[in-house]
Amino acid sequence: MLFKKRSFDDAPAILEIRDLSVGLASNGLEVLDKVSIRIRKGETVCLVGESGSGKSVTSLAIMGLLPKGALEVTNGSIELQGKNLIGLSPQGIRAMRARSISMIFQEPMTALNPVMRVGDQIAEVLNTHTKISSREARQRVLDIMEQVQLPNVERIYRSYPHQLSGGQRQRIMIAMALVLEPQLLIADEPTTALDVTTQKQILSLIAKLQEDHGTAVLFITHDMGVVAEIADTVYVMKEGQVVENAPVERLLREPKEEYTRRLLRAVPSLVPRPPRPMDATKDALSVSGLDKLYHGTGIFTRTPSVHAAQDVNFVIPRGRTLGIVGESGSGKSTVARCIMRLIDPTAGEIRIADTEIAGLSRGELRPHRKHIQIVFQDPFRSLNPRWTVGKSLTEGPINYGMPHKEALAHAAELLELVGLPKDALGRYPHQFSGGQRQRIAIARAVAMRPDVLVADEAVSALDVSVQAQVLQLLDELQQKLGIAILFITHDLRVAAQICDDVVVMQRGRVVEHDTAANVLSQPRDDYTRSLIEAAPGRAWDFANFRELEAV
Amino acid sequence: MAAAPQPMSAMQTVLGIFSLPRNLRVGIGPMIAAGVLFAIVLVTACAYLIVPHDPLAMNALQRLKGPSAEHWIGTDAYGRDLFSRVLVGGQVSLLIGIGAAIISVFIGLLIGLVAGFFRWADAIIMRIMDSLMAIPAILLAIALVALNGPSIWSVIFAITIPEIPRVVRLVRAVVLSAREEPYVEAAIAVGSSMPKILWGHLMPNTLAPLIVQGTYICASAILTEAILSFLGAGVSTEIPTWGNIMAEGRNYFQLMPSLIFWPGLMLSLCILSINLLGDTARDMLDPRLKKREV
Amino acid sequence: MLGYIIRRILAVIPVMTIVAIFVFLLLRLSPGDPAAIIAGDMATPERLERIRESLGLTEPLHIQFVTWVGLLLQGDLGTSLISNTPVTTMIGQRLWPTINIAVLTIILSVLIAVPMGVIAAWRHRTWVDSAVMSFSVLGFSIPVFVIGYIFIKIFSIELRWLPVQGYAPPSQGLWPFLQRAILPCLTLATIYVALIARMTRASMLEVLGEDYVRTARAKGVKEKVVLFRHALRNAAVPIMTIIGTGFALLISGVVVTESVFNIPGIGRLTVDAILARDYPVIQGMILLTSFIYVFVNLIIDLSYTFIDPRIRY
Repeated sequence: MLFKKRSFDDAPAILEIRDLSVGLASNGLEVLDKVSIRIRKGETVCLVGESGSGKSVTSLAIMGLLPKGALEVTNGSIELQGKNLIGLSPQGIRAMRARSISMIFQEPMTALNPVMRVGDQIAEVLNTHTKISSREARQRVLDIMEQVQLPNVERIYRSYPHQLSGGQRQRIMIAMALVLEPQLLIADEPTTALDVTTQKQILSLIAKLQEDHGTAVLFITHDMGVVAEIADTVYVMKEGQVVENAPVERLLREPKEEYTRRLLRAVPSLVPRPPRPMDATKDALSVSGLDKLYHGTGIFTRTPSVHAAQDVNFVIPRGRTLGIVGESGSGKSTVARCIMRLIDPTAGEIRIADTEIAGLSRGELRPHRKHIQIVFQDPFRSLNPRWTVGKSLTEGPINYGMPHKEALAHAAELLELVGLPKDALGRYPHQFSGGQRQRIAIARAVAMRPDVLVADEAVSALDVSVQAQVLQLLDELQQKLGIAILFITHDLRVAAQICDDVVVMQRGRVVEHDTAANVLSQPRDDYTRSLIEAAPGRAWDFANFRELEAV
Repeated sequence: MAAAPQPMSAMQTVLGIFSLPRNLRVGIGPMIAAGVLFAIVLVTACAYLIVPHDPLAMNALQRLKGPSAEHWIGTDAYGRDLFSRVLVGGQVSLLIGIGAAIISVFIGLLIGLVAGFFRWADAIIMRIMDSLMAIPAILLAIALVALNGPSIWSVIFAITIPEIPRVVRLVRAVVLSAREEPYVEAAIAVGSSMPKILWGHLMPNTLAPLIVQGTYICASAILTEAILSFLGAGVSTEIPTWGNIMAEGRNYFQLMPSLIFWPGLMLSLCILSINLLGDTARDMLDPRLKKREV
Repeated sequence: MLGYIIRRILAVIPVMTIVAIFVFLLLRLSPGDPAAIIAGDMATPERLERIRESLGLTEPLHIQFVTWVGLLLQGDLGTSLISNTPVTTMIGQRLWPTINIAVLTIILSVLIAVPMGVIAAWRHRTWVDSAVMSFSVLGFSIPVFVIGYIFIKIFSIELRWLPVQGYAPPSQGLWPFLQRAILPCLTLATIYVALIARMTRASMLEVLGEDYVRTARAKGVKEKVVLFRHALRNAAVPIMTIIGTGFALLISGVVVTESVFNIPGIGRLTVDAILARDYPVIQGMILLTSFIYVFVNLIIDLSYTFIDPRIRY
């Protein structure tokens, strides 16, 4: 693993945050507690932490963008080249933005004004802060668009955000941020919403521009892989405090704080799990020739037909896990939803416990539903907020004729099985954390005693430490109950941890299908190879604080 | 001359409620509204116990008289006691408001649930609702009353019909977004039947917005009753309602503005309170607004 | 783009067809003998017969409908039972005063309401916001004719600034027109302003919480630019929608206001028709106003494509 090794001991500080505290305006509750961060010229500082650690609040405080009336700075200073930004007049802060410090955000989908041409949005920065002519401004916009490696800049200048891809939009954001060559760029999870291959491009673009312009970067992320790739210095945050900071290599090799060690240990390894013996029992799920075609509609206007899934074949034996890996738009979720019959496949066979379900009508399907259950991505939306956990857990068994009392007793056992207290039965979803809710969702699925469990990005919305626990729970349940798991994920690390076999999908087609070990260590398909190469920090074994041996 | 400043000062009093200090305003506005509404409902409900005169008793000698000890706020063109008429008139107005709200919410909920969940029904139902919405409510109500006669139920019916499409659209929108929720898909996956999902998972989502919508419909129904009466297409003129009292007063407006002012004030205070309570309920029940406030 | 426009225009056909069916059935399906209802209690048998004839009530229902729609498509809305003039002629004579008042009201309302809503959202939770919201709740709570009478009392009777009632067409000079139109317009505008200001505020509040507003602020642009260039245009679609659906309120407001201010427009025509139970006129007015409503909303629908580039199906 090649870490950045430049020393910044002699470089002048661009931004110096001292003892910054931020509190809720309503009750003064501390959100940030005496945070101190120093960013030097040309340096990339990574701010890592799990959700709620205060990383984004820190960045908004620097920009003076804390939501008015909700959060306010209660203590400390933020000095930009010796000038304190706190207490600056609104005009002073406005003049500083984009000229000295600029910021890019996580969601390139929503961070650009949808009704303004993107070129004009970049030009607006110039019009606001400089007095150059509109022709000159246009030229400078086109220049910076070239620099962020956008193709066909004249055309893209005139485009609206919705006409561009996620990666292109993030390039526009970067262009907008860097057009005035600020000393500091704050990037708040700028690649989290992007696919890995796009993420790789954006990361190397930021690195290149940073080198060209000597910009300092404050990079906020939750992804240790990204940290390993780009950081000079790392600050680890937890519950509003900086718990540790060190140059990247030292932090990853010799983390001092227990919290940092725990965080690193939870990062799933890219080394596939040891292959499990295959007891030649029967298949729990077999899919063959699965097709899903979305027809273009309209009489006067044509929307093109989309082949969301095409000729997908696989089988999952009892007690084993098959992963479907792919980027957004690969059709992996379409496959999951077809198998659940939440949408109807266009063609193909889906066989569960010897019953072909692809051709059944909704009514005919109902008796077979219990054999296959699903866990969704978003733990906050997958449980009915108005129902007690007990009611959610018993809904299914009661549908299949279990008496209410028995179902409730069964639900209590299940809660214990997924590691939650029995009294959770009477409580409502909002009283639980995301990880706990995901456990409840798993319990609801398991309550049906299914043969197959479909996990559709089931751990993607969770912090790494919680993610590790949920993955372990799935593993235990599988051993106890012998369920076959279909695991849909975009994350190769997660797939490596849990899957016996892996299917790689790209644009609705299966490009590779093999054991996890083979797919990850000897990929045959180019696309698979590029996916693996794009995985950030892939040469580092985070959990053991050392280089990865077997790559 | 005498009565002219009164409406303005009344409005200023009402406006005064809102200029209270910021931290008090949120709590006090709705509380005053609730108090006013409660008082109006109580007084009108018990009107016959309170009124000093028979609201229907005419007296040719007492026509269009100003306030006196006998007639506290004067008499109308037939010498009937205005105070008694305004109190009793509230009964029918409130009955129409509440009746229209309950009926339109209930019917709208049923149609909206069907439209939101069953694709085949959706297109037809929504075309019909679009068409109903295209007909201006007042004109539709006028035509319905003109044809069905000036009874109270006919007026309630006439006000309800144009309100239903709005409820249907609201319910349908809520159902359409709720049915995409993973917990609904999970319910499908555990084998729950369509009616069960509709009633157990989807319908509860519509209740909060429906309560809010119901208060607005109640307010607008009371207003519509007044307008219908004013246009001569409301409840039979023999029955005192706020609208009928004002409608009779319009011919004597220059002479006796209080014939419009007093029922108008009662009606406006009543609607104002209902609207304010509706707004408060909406702010409390709308999770998106709440999120923004955090 | 063209496809979208054509589809929107075609979508008007089913809506207007159903409206026509409603209007047709309204009379025929009401309990009792429609002719008797229209004629009133004192009707002579001859008059009843004449009403049945003129409404074509003697034929079977489906034939009545076909005849009626046939005439409708030729622009024939029937003949008044009272004056014996064609309904279209009657409407034509009364249309202009209403259009003048309505257009003036809409312009006035939008010019007042949109800035009000924007400022209320910008100054969320301050006295400005409360004042706008209070005004808007008040606007919803007072019957439109009471507002009209209050205006007359203050500006015409007490202050004697303006004439009490009446109407003068703009062709007789702009000042006499405005003198008589301003109070009806303000009366009508009250509820419309309340509605639009409220929606503008809500829509702006929503948009001001969006990421791209934060981006705009992060660029360092002025608050005024954030509000009007970035936020308002994104907030515009719901505002336009409410202007369109609020048009129905405006129509009922017109009916009331014209009789308060004694303006010889189609609103007065309607009220007179109600009092006289002149059913063909009522029917014609419902069809006409529904058509105007649908047409206005069609225009607004189409204008979305210019406001928001994402809307192009």
